[in-house]
Amino acid sequence: MNEQKRPIDQQAPEAPPEERETLWLITFSPTIWAVHFLLSYMAASVWCAKVAGRGGALGDVRIAVGVLTLVALAGIALTGWRGWRHHSFGNATAPHDFDTPGDRHRFLGFSTLLLSGLSFVATIFVALCVVFIRSCA
Amino acid sequence: MSEPNLYRDADDEARATAQAKRLAAAWKTPTGWRYWSAVNNSEVGLWYTGVAFLFFLFAGVLAMLIRAQLAVPDNDLLSADTYNQVFTLHGSVMMFLFGVPIFEAFSILILPQMLGARDLPFPRLSAYGFWCFIIGGVFVCGSIFFGVAPQGGWFMYPPLSTTYQEGLGADIWLLGLSFIEVSSIAAAVELIVGVLKTRPPGMRINLIPLYSWYILVVAGMILFAFPPLIAGDLLFELERAFDWPFFDHTRGGDPLLWQHLFWIFGHPEVYIIFLPAVALVATIVPTASGRPIVGYTFIVLAAVGTGFISFGLWVHHMFTTGMPDISLAFFSAASEAVAIPTGVQIFCFLATALAGRFVKSVPMLFVAGALAIFVLGGLTGVMVALAPFDFQAHDTYFIVAHLHYVLIGGMLFPVIAGLYYFFPLAMSKTLSERLGRIAFWLMFIGFNVAFMPMHFTGLLGMPRRVYTYAPDMGFDVLNMVSTVGSVILAAGVAVLVWDVLRPKGKQPYSKRNPWNAGSLEWLAEMPGESWGMRSIPIIKSRYPLWDQPGLMRDVDAGRFYLPDAEEGKRETLISSIIDAEPIQCLRVPGPTFLTMWAAIFTGGLFIFATYSWYVAALVSGGLALVTILIWLWTGTAIIPEKPQKGIGLGVTVPLYASGAKSVGWWATFITMIGDMSAFGSLVFGYFFFWTVHDDFPPADSPGPGVFWPVLALGLIAASWALTLLARRCNARNQAPGFYGALGLAVPCTLAGAYSLWAGPHFNGLDPTLNVYPATVWVLVLWCLLHLAIGLIMQLYCLARRGAGRMTAVHDIDIRNVALFWHFILITAGVTVAVIAGFPEVL
Repeated sequence: MNEQKRPIDQQAPEAPPEERETLWLITFSPTIWAVHFLLSYMAASVWCAKVAGRGGALGDVRIAVGVLTLVALAGIALTGWRGWRHHSFGNATAPHDFDTPGDRHRFLGFSTLLLSGLSFVATIFVALCVVFIRSCA
Repeated sequence: MSEPNLYRDADDEARATAQAKRLAAAWKTPTGWRYWSAVNNSEVGLWYTGVAFLFFLFAGVLAMLIRAQLAVPDNDLLSADTYNQVFTLHGSVMMFLFGVPIFEAFSILILPQMLGARDLPFPRLSAYGFWCFIIGGVFVCGSIFFGVAPQGGWFMYPPLSTTYQEGLGADIWLLGLSFIEVSSIAAAVELIVGVLKTRPPGMRINLIPLYSWYILVVAGMILFAFPPLIAGDLLFELERAFDWPFFDHTRGGDPLLWQHLFWIFGHPEVYIIFLPAVALVATIVPTASGRPIVGYTFIVLAAVGTGFISFGLWVHHMFTTGMPDISLAFFSAASEAVAIPTGVQIFCFLATALAGRFVKSVPMLFVAGALAIFVLGGLTGVMVALAPFDFQAHDTYFIVAHLHYVLIGGMLFPVIAGLYYFFPLAMSKTLSERLGRIAFWLMFIGFNVAFMPMHFTGLLGMPRRVYTYAPDMGFDVLNMVSTVGSVILAAGVAVLVWDVLRPKGKQPYSKRNPWNAGSLEWLAEMPGESWGMRSIPIIKSRYPLWDQPGLMRDVDAGRFYLPDAEEGKRETLISSIIDAEPIQCLRVPGPTFLTMWAAIFTGGLFIFATYSWYVAALVSGGLALVTILIWLWTGTAIIPEKPQKGIGLGVTVPLYASGAKSVGWWATFITMIGDMSAFGSLVFGYFFFWTVHDDFPPADSPGPGVFWPVLALGLIAASWALTLLARRCNARNQAPGFYGALGLAVPCTLAGAYSLWAGPHFNGLDPTLNVYPATVWVLVLWCLLHLAIGLIMQLYCLARRGAGRMTAVHDIDIRNVALFWHFILITAGVTVAVIAGFPEVL
């Protein structure tokens, strides 16, 4: 790859720490939501089909989903916190719409933060199912 | 070029004129009958859009037939059979031949312009996708004229479509549409790589147009949504053609598996259709408001968030199938959650419109209408996401009303807004403001008159898909009103069609940037040039035309990147994913008929198979393979005449890149992600049957054993390792090592394939007997198909190096093949673990 010089006016006064940034970070939290969703669904389905039977109680599956939810929420919160750190890097505020490495860094952080918020709420939505439903009926 | 002060002096002008001439020659559109060999995005995108609209009009006519039939009770305009064909095709065509393709078409047409690229990275792939689309589409649509169209509804539920309906209809649906799904995946690959890798220098990830964010998300969704349907189609067709009982409960199958696979596709599909249309809204609203979008990051949140959550909704189409309440609840919860990101973006649009200086225009009128209609559809969506309400409304006209409010508000109106907005970009002429307003009001009023009453018809109990109803059940007046509304809606569409088709010879060209937009695509000259952009600018803003003074002049004067085509080749810039720094000058291929032939032969494979003419299908498939190999051999991974070139402004970049730096590697990787999700769906099928049966694998059925599958896995792993070794030897220019390793890999692949087949074969697994052997066989077949492709790739690499088309440095082929083999290893490993390992664990 060819190193090229960018004009002075495009160089950020406060360049972010040199790390290889990727797009993957913004997908972390939604992915955690998806894994939590799938595992909850699979656990309940297999339990009802193979263990408890159609009339049976959800029993321990509710606790398992509860624990899984805590783990998922912790993961989402950590990702969100990481996003928050990127977002509040330097002293600029949103919208991060300048052509600088700093704003790109903050934008990726802010997107991560917002998606973590959405994933947090969506994960709680799913977890509420085992709060209200106790049987396989 | 007559603008004063465009050039510094006469020399500058002479230089620029010579450059422009060379550029025009390189990008010249073929003329005469060779026009159809064009592969450039501006031609293919235009054809694609036009054909998708033709299918839309066709499906619209079918809709009018439905409304005519239902206008009065006990009508006999259409027979029950014809009516079934009409509504099935209406739904299938609107979804598969208009809803999804129109987004691909629009994106192929305008995305390169938005990104300041000359073309997408794989123009021939777009062309191949287009030809597949038109062949498959005409085949599916044409069936109704012979009375053999599919009749099972757009979701083709078995056992209705396997046991109770005769004829070819279901096969036409399965094979014709599978063929089109392939072209959707091709477009998805193209668009993902396009958004990530062909951006102009400076367009960092926080500056890309919102349109590209949506396209990125939607293309990613296609990779996970379409493959399950392809897997489902495979199972379905194996049942119809060879009596493998996947959905036949008498032999252990289960029709619900089809419903799962269909809706794992079908629900994300709704968002695959909806999000690109919202992307158009996100493009039009800032222009009409004369200000940047409010809440850019929030819209990114909405796009990405919707993309994920939309995969947790599929069972809400299956609320009445008798699954446990807890399962329904999970999907109901996710269905409610998806309303959050959907709402966020609508508030962002409203805020932008309120915060700016609003300029009234036809596109904005359609956007306003779209939001009004879509919000109503969204609200009924929240209602039907609640399982108890859905139990009542399921399969009634309430659902018909809901889905049309969502799709027409969320997709059709924004697409027409986009049509008015982008028409000058594609055709260099504007559409009529006056006709646009007439079309809008006819469509808006007609739509509401047609579909609002259906909420009530549905709540009164009228079921979907009945070809007639008895009088005095309370449906008469409501149905008549709906039919009158549909005629008004159709009149609006007719006005629109006239506006698009009316001769515009005498009308002057549109002025440049007719809407005073801020985004890059409006740099386009009127009339447009086939090179797209005179030079590729440096971007410093989300709205460069508003924020970068003199940008248009400097671009026109060729003061930025790639202003010339010294070697007479088509070139575009490849940039890094996050910061869009130029990293490669990509030579893109020019016109060819190969893509059309490849599509015709691929079409033959699917179409002949529909009629069970398997010999013809195999011959056609073989010809398709040969054509594609010729295309690859002559048109890809070409070794450039020099390692690098100056692209202007003192920047020099390589002309060739392989491995993770090359666009081809990314395309392979992305395609294989899609491939993995199809494979995952087949594995899901195996475990689905395990959960629904008390004994799966059945105690009395033989399995594939352990010996043959494990041996197969060992041989396949050896072939994989040898392929990696060959890649390494090639990179070190050790020819004997390369030929030796790859030469040895070929027999390993063959022996691995044989062993994999031997397991179920020698243990006497009969796939027609029971669903268990059928499921084992389908996993094995899937693996064998991949091994066949992997084998061809190994032989191809041997030939490439032998012919001097691949060297130690120029090693795109072997690197992509090695990547493919990683996925073969995963496929084989999982297959063996499931078919041989899982029964041992139980």
